[in-house]
Amino acid sequence: MTPLLEVQNITKRYGSRIGCAEVNFTLYPGEVMGIVGESGSGKSTLLNCLAGHLPPDEGAVLYDTRADGMVDTVTMSEPERRMLSRTDWAFVHQNPRDGLRMGVSAGGNVGERLMAVGARHYGNIRDTATDWLGRVEIAAERIDDRPSAFSGGMQQRLQIARNLVTSPRLIFMDEPTGGLDVSVQARLLDLLRGLVRDLGLSAVIVSHDLAVVRLLADRLMVMKGGHVVESGLTDQVLDDPQHGYTQLLVSSVLQV
Amino acid sequence: MSDYNFAYLDEQTKRMIRRALLKAVAIPGYQVPFASREMPMPYGWGTGGVQVTAACLRPEDTLKVIDQGADDTTNAISIRKFFERTAHVKVTTHTAEATVIQTRHRIPEEPLTEDQILVYQVPIPEPLRFLEPRETETRKMHALEEYGLMHVKLYEDIARHGEIATSYAYPVKVEGRYVMDPSPIPKFDNPKMEMAALQLFGAGREQRIYAIPPYTEVVSLDFEDHPFVASKADHSCELCGADNAYLDEVIIDDAGERMFVCSDTDYCESRRATQQEDAA
Repeated sequence: MTPLLEVQNITKRYGSRIGCAEVNFTLYPGEVMGIVGESGSGKSTLLNCLAGHLPPDEGAVLYDTRADGMVDTVTMSEPERRMLSRTDWAFVHQNPRDGLRMGVSAGGNVGERLMAVGARHYGNIRDTATDWLGRVEIAAERIDDRPSAFSGGMQQRLQIARNLVTSPRLIFMDEPTGGLDVSVQARLLDLLRGLVRDLGLSAVIVSHDLAVVRLLADRLMVMKGGHVVESGLTDQVLDDPQHGYTQLLVSSVLQV
Repeated sequence: MSDYNFAYLDEQTKRMIRRALLKAVAIPGYQVPFASREMPMPYGWGTGGVQVTAACLRPEDTLKVIDQGADDTTNAISIRKFFERTAHVKVTTHTAEATVIQTRHRIPEEPLTEDQILVYQVPIPEPLRFLEPRETETRKMHALEEYGLMHVKLYEDIARHGEIATSYAYPVKVEGRYVMDPSPIPKFDNPKMEMAALQLFGAGREQRIYAIPPYTEVVSLDFEDHPFVASKADHSCELCGADNAYLDEVIIDDAGERMFVCSDTDYCESRRATQQEDAA
């Protein structure tokens, strides 16, 4: 089986400080990779390097493109990378306001990616948008409302719908449940798990919430100070942490 | 006796503008940056158009200036006088007699010829501006031909109003490549942009020049199931009776009585003159 994403030796420095250093991993189709760590441990830097938002200083991100097989997305041309990131990839921001156009209706937000790849039939675009709003449990009659009229949880679900409408194969998520209250979190996680399983998506999920990765991720990487200190199957890492920092992380989870 | 250089601007400035114009003509629809000068009029009154006109004028030219189709509004008269005084060129209100026509927000009804130049005053040259505020990003979108966002605006129109409600500054695609803002002309004028005359666009505050060479393909963006319609008020002119000209709605008394008249005053007047001759 060929991997979907192969990350080789990714390093990003901010001047003399390290963003993330020498990260290696391989992601297979249908697999969900979780990245956990404290604030400032380089999780988001790593994710942005993978998604092409930040140029890494060293290393390669090989992606199995539909047309040409394995290609290094770091050295590929900008038009190709932008095309990839609005068709085959998706990026869910922690704050839905970063990933949505707040001045455009929900339907327009979902339709934007379709129009970006050449859809020019209003009726079809609207039907697809309605369908996707249904899949993320947003009522169809709210299709013409702006995201600013939505609750935080709805905005986040709208962002997910907007990203998944072009049937991407790889989805990057930066704290997808951050800033939501626990009951909304639970519903969103349920939805995400369903979508990821149904569509056979691969995903890279950054989170500081161990419960989130326990639920969604197949494999886990623990980062500290820009380095990966431990990685393995999620249950294995969380149930039997080897590294001192992972032990600390697991033991700091509050019990109800 | 006038101490102004011909057409106000100094020769080096005109040369700089002409270089920008040449580049603009070579890449139809592409916004060429240029070093816009301070002009003796406020921004928004046609500083870009005036600079382009100044760079195009020759002593033997005849100039016509229109503002929303009219030759007799403040903006049109002051620009016409400006060039009368600084360039001593002939001026006219008749479309057919003019060699250079500076316009604010209209294309004359009378078809233009290959010997004429149409200069537009442009307030905001970037069609994507209200959707994407970052200049760095819109430039990249033009460079990579990422124009999906333009259709999001049209989508929003249909979702909100049931039809494409954008009635002016309607985005067009030039020669199958660049999406361009045709300055705020009514969309009724959009089909006329495939014309014999050279069209030049100047935006003074935004420091951009762009152009449509003669006979260039100009396509108004639309959806397959909501095609572009060059709409106008559903009346005919109450002065000259024209039913195929763009109309202004004029309120004529305190009771809200209104009439529809041609926005192109020269077109309306010449039609009425012909009708009087025929009647006599």
